[in-house]
Formats: sequence, structure tokens, C-alpha cells
Amino acid sequence: MKGRVTFNTDRCKGCGLCVSVCPVKLIELDKSVVNAIGYNPAYPAYPDKCIACTNCAIMCPDTVITVERLDD
Amino acid sequence: MTVIFQKTKGLTDTPFTYCPGCTHGIIHRLVAECLEELDILDRTVAIASVGCSVMSYEFFNCDAIQAAHGRAPAVATGVKRVLPNKIVFTYQGDGDLASIGTGEIVQAAHRGENITVIFVNNAIYGMTGGQMAPTTLPGQITTTSPYGRDVSKQGEPIRMSELMAQIPGAAYIERVMTADPVSVRKAKRAIKKAFEIQKNGGGFSMIEILSSCNIGWGLSPVDSLKYIKEDMAAYFPLGVFKDKGAAQ
Ligand SMILES: Cc1ncc(C[n+]2csc(CCOP(=O)(O)OP(=O)(O)O)c2C)c(N)n1
Ligand code: SF4
Ligand code: SF4
Ligand code: SF4
Ligand SMILES: [Mg+2]
Repeated sequence: MKGRVTFNTDRCKGCGLCVSVCPVKLIELDKSVVNAIGYNPAYPAYPDKCIACTNCAIMCPDTVITVERLDD
Repeated sequence: MTVIFQKTKGLTDTPFTYCPGCTHGIIHRLVAECLEELDILDRTVAIASVGCSVMSYEFFNCDAIQAAHGRAPAVATGVKRVLPNKIVFTYQGDGDLASIGTGEIVQAAHRGENITVIFVNNAIYGMTGGQMAPTTLPGQITTTSPYGRDVSKQGEPIRMSELMAQIPGAAYIERVMTADPVSVRKAKRAIKKAFEIQKNGGGFSMIEILSSCNIGWGLSPVDSLKYIKEDMAAYFPLGVFKDKGAAQ
């Protein structure tokens, strides 16, 4: 299954829980960015790898992440 | 393209006030998802307590009241008895429920109030700066147990689910955790079951959720999940401690 994750970046607190549970290790904290609330936000560093498992969204304490399944 | 996960309508858009990585946020979302999925948001009243979740009335997208420290089950009793068609739940920490509010929670269960209790056990008083709670683990370091909890002086931590399960009026008691995606999915099923029991007039339900306080524990958010799984769950075993519906 293929998926796509999108991050509501300005709600992210950079806690790294999503990073730790992604089975394909596609999420990283962006150390080059400070978001509106002062954190290095998570972002999909290798977006094409997403398998739409929803692990990241389920562990995100701040409802930052939306997951879509690509149907084709 | 199909959206398979997005923020539930059971939460408002107000950002949580919790520290980065605090699993209070996960538990809020699970409760809110259950309320939305059971289609009871418009008739639910949340009773917020005192602790880091004192502002939870801002986050749940339903009616809410904020109760004095430990008194949420008493406030919930009043609301439910006056408005029996409402779904009423309390959201309480371990300091709130297992310390200052022990009397209220025990008596509400004894009366068999048809309410749901979401009990967030993070083994510490998070809000006030990480003091020892009745649930603090043996040897655990807190600001008021700097050498670790000494059970010879401070006693063993209280296992609330086991205690509450002894009460005849309690209908459903389960302990779950928020340590990884599998346990979080399981925690959601437990919370949903508790609300379904209330919806069907089944009586008092309490879901104890082992949760993190990375700030109070002095651990990273990721290491805190490991602490829940390896240290907390070893002392506070997971499982269903009471299920009146299944017994009949
Ligand atoms: C009557 C009263 N006594 C003491 C306090 C101080 N107080 C505020 S929160 C708290 C403990 C909260 O701990 P817990 O319920 O475990 O919530 P957490 O912050 O860990 O989620 C205490 C003792 C208070 N607000 N009111
Ligand atoms: S949905 Fe699964 S694979 Fe995709 S980013 Fe999230 S955890 Fe990784
Ligand atoms: S879990 Fe949520 S808040 Fe934490 S880093 Fe990931 S997206 Fe940000
Ligand atoms: S102090 Fe602890 S319980 Fe309170 S918000 Fe921070 S991490 Fe969560
Ligand atoms: Mg606590």
C-alpha cells in the first residue's frame, strides 16, 4: 500500500514520537526550520516510502498528521 | 486518494497546552475519536479535573465543567442524575483520582453511578512540578523523593484498577497504556467500550491509562514510552479487572 503523510507543521512540538514509530523511517525533524511555536518540526524526508500504516498519526500527541492512502 | 487518518471533530482547534511528547495528548484524541464515532458529542458533558489536564474543557468539542481537585466524580454524579440522557465522563490524573480524590472515586463506584472515568496514571504530580504521587513506582525519583520512593517509609504504590474492581457497583474496569501504536489502538477499544456501557445504562466504568510525563520523569519523549512499557506496566499489569456484562 502507498500513502501520503501531511504535517500541520505549526502545531508540531518536535517531540519525535512519529519519527520513532515509522516502520520505513521516512520522517525526520527539520533542524533547519523553527516553526511558529518554536520547535524543529517533523517532516516527511522520504515521502515516497510511505505505506499508509498510520503509526505516526496514532502516536502524535498534537494531531499534526493526516494520512492518505493512494488508491491506484 | 482516501484520507485514512485526520484530526477528529471531537477535538476543538485549540492547541494542547501539554509538553512536547506528553501522552495526555494521545489520550485526549482517543476519547474525542470515540465520542465522534459513537455519535454522542452533542450530548456529552466532560468533567475536567485539576492537574496538567485542567484546561481539557478547552480541547474536547463538547460541553464541559471544570471541577475542584479530586471532586470530578461528585460533579459527574450531579450532572448525570439531573440529566440522565447526557453522557458524562471525568478526565482525571493520578494525583487527582488516587490521592486527594480517593474518597470521591470510591464512593461514586459504590453508588454505581452510570458515568465513565478516564484515569490518566503517569505516576507523578505533573502539573505542580513532578512531586511523588501515591502511584509513584518503588525507587522512582521525583522532586519530593530525590533518593527514590522508599516503600518502607512511603508505602507501596496504589493499584487503583485492582482496588476499584472489588467494588460491587463498578461495572467495567480496564488498564491500558500508550506505549506504542498497538497499545494505543487497544486503549481506544477500551475507552470505546466504557462509553458504550454508559450509553446502554450499564453503570460505572473506569479506564486506567498508563501515560507519560517525560518532563517529570527526566526522560526524552521516546524513552518515556519505553518506561511506560517496561517499568510502569511491570508494576501496573494491563488487562480487564472487572466486566459485569461478561459475567452475566
Ligand atoms: C485543593 C488543591 N490542593 C492542591 C492543589 C495543587 N495541585 C494542582 S495539580 C496537583 C496534582 C496533579 O497531579 P495529577 O492529578 O497526577 O495530574 P498530572 O498533572 O500528573 O496529569 C496538585 C496537588 C490544588 N490545585 N488544589
Ligand atoms: S503512515 Fe506509516 S509509513 Fe507513512 S509516514 Fe506514517 S508511520 Fe511512516
Ligand atoms: S509526533 Fe507530532 S508533535 Fe511530535 S514530532 Fe511528530 S508530528 Fe511533531
Ligand atoms: S508536566 Fe508531565 S504530564 Fe504535564 S504536560 Fe508536561 S509531560 Fe505532560
Ligand atoms: Mg499525574
